[in-house]
Amino acid sequence: MKKFTILITALASLLLMSLSSTVQASESIDAVVNEVFGAATGWFVALIFAPIPGTSFPWIVLWLVTGASVFTLYFGFVQFRSIGHSIALVKGDYSNPNDAGEVSHFQALATALSGTVGLGNIAGVAVAVSIGGPGATFWMILAGLLGMASKFTECTLGVKYRNEYKDGSVSGGPMYYISKGFAERGIPGGKLLAGIFAVFCILGSLGGGNMFQANQAHAQLTQVIGNYPGWITGVIFASLVFIVIVGGIKSIARVTDKVVPFMGILYVGAALVILIFNADKIGWAFGQIFTGAFTGLGVAGGLVGALIQGFKRAAFSNEAGVGSAAIAHSAVQTNEPITEGFVSLLEPFIDTVVICTMTALVIIITGQLVSDPQTGLYILNESGTILTADGSSGVALTSAAFGSTISWFPFILAIAVILFAFSTMLSWSYYGLKAWTYLFGESKKMELTFKIIFCLFVVIGAASSLGPVIDFSDAAIFAMAVANIIGLYCLMPIVRKELTSYLARLKSGEIKKYKDIKK
Amino acid sequence: MSATIIVGVDGSEAGNRALSYAKRLATLIGDECTLELICVVEWSPYTFQTTEENALRKKNRQEELNNANSRVIEPALKSLEESGIKGHGRVMHGKVAQLLNSVALETNAEQIVVARSTEHGLSSRVFGSVTAHLVMSANVPVTVVS
Repeated sequence: MKKFTILITALASLLLMSLSSTVQASESIDAVVNEVFGAATGWFVALIFAPIPGTSFPWIVLWLVTGASVFTLYFGFVQFRSIGHSIALVKGDYSNPNDAGEVSHFQALATALSGTVGLGNIAGVAVAVSIGGPGATFWMILAGLLGMASKFTECTLGVKYRNEYKDGSVSGGPMYYISKGFAERGIPGGKLLAGIFAVFCILGSLGGGNMFQANQAHAQLTQVIGNYPGWITGVIFASLVFIVIVGGIKSIARVTDKVVPFMGILYVGAALVILIFNADKIGWAFGQIFTGAFTGLGVAGGLVGALIQGFKRAAFSNEAGVGSAAIAHSAVQTNEPITEGFVSLLEPFIDTVVICTMTALVIIITGQLVSDPQTGLYILNESGTILTADGSSGVALTSAAFGSTISWFPFILAIAVILFAFSTMLSWSYYGLKAWTYLFGESKKMELTFKIIFCLFVVIGAASSLGPVIDFSDAAIFAMAVANIIGLYCLMPIVRKELTSYLARLKSGEIKKYKDIKK
Repeated sequence: MSATIIVGVDGSEAGNRALSYAKRLATLIGDECTLELICVVEWSPYTFQTTEENALRKKNRQEELNNANSRVIEPALKSLEESGIKGHGRVMHGKVAQLLNSVALETNAEQIVVARSTEHGLSSRVFGSVTAHLVMSANVPVTVVS
């Protein structure tokens, strides 16, 4: 009996030793992935986020804001003038009943939203307010409102210049409108710019559309079930993505796409409940947002720091000006491309102005950001970000904020984060694939190559630490905006022509609601 | 005076019962009667779809129309022709009750003939069956064949 006990003890010790060495090996895999990845992408990140000489302001942020402002002015504040018409279009008031069975405006919007509403709204906002303070929220809302005009421009062009193939399938997006639109206007370099966009779109799909999602899904999982190596989450996620995009098991994608909207509603509902519980603090929170927007309230970089974070995270969340939405919206059934522009401008509104603001308010109201009671300024930690109540950042910070009022909500949030991450990954795998096939041709072999690369990046994203992943994800997504916004500047007169013609026909009664035609 | 009767068909045994009854009615009415056969592909513009599903929607819709035409409408029209009854057929996407009623109004139909649907389970208990919806909402008389 004694011998048996010794044997069992020895075996158990052996098992424990091998387990501990496995964990160490796993952690070293994460460390190697992190180091190699950080070194390989550092130059790209530095280039995209290079400050304007003599300032600390990244040129790319100015690029996005300028683009959104130019489109807002050029189209005469279309996002504020036409919101009622946008809603009527989504409701189907102007949809021809004979087109029933085709992709409706609602479906195009919902699909595009399920690609954008996700971790940007949960983790991205937490990053924005923990670095830029509550003031970042103000700039985020402003960027969301201006971004509506960028989205309007790119989605109109996405539909106008889409490719409709003989078999009935549709492909659209900046690659197509830049190459076709430039040729139509006689502007040289369209094919080159479209190619550059496609390269950045592939990087964006691997970065923000993939690695950031895998990374934050892993962060959320470790929060709930304890710490374990990231590559394990990566392999599980990659297998699921592989099953869907390579194995063609569409049922998983369908289930995800049906559950995600309900998760979104649940998230907004929970945020509303917390805001109602803390209704007395809403005025104070908005006060912090406005004061912080112009003074910084002690955050690193002050006003500019808040502004940069607000604009960066808004662009990352709603992707306005990035060009991805133009791919998603291009399948809609309409004879008037401008109608999809009207519909798409609701996307940054829902995503940023409503959902991101709610996340920010919940984080601020539940007191997650630690401030000095005497000066009212936020206390910064060694890394220059605001000290949080439990030291968390990213998605963990949002989770802690919701958990402080609704104790069980972090579990729901964990499920939501994983589903959001998965659905965003599937959407971006499609965007990346479209860019890939634009560059390398539509063949099964080429498609499979991209899909395998995409799955490998899921593992890298989950294994890396947040810093290098978020830097690369931002840089890759914003790089898309460089090529896309140049294209939009060159093609915006075409959109204005469409807008003027459409509004004139709407005013004259030539374009009517179908229910009015029946009468 | 001409008389149009709308018949809901779907290729099922129930749909065929509705068609048989409508043919009997047409025979009784005589030459002036036309049967308008409607096959509805259930569809809502407010569902959630994946990006890929959207990109392939036009193609899939065409396939659905072709399938319903060859599987349901064409055999049904052939049987009408053999019986010497005038008829038209169409495939539509949308909600069954709503579409049958709107075609009835559009064609000034005398009545709609459908078979009792075989739906059961939770959804029909919660939302009611398609037949019940049609009976409750139609603007013309509805005959439900058991």
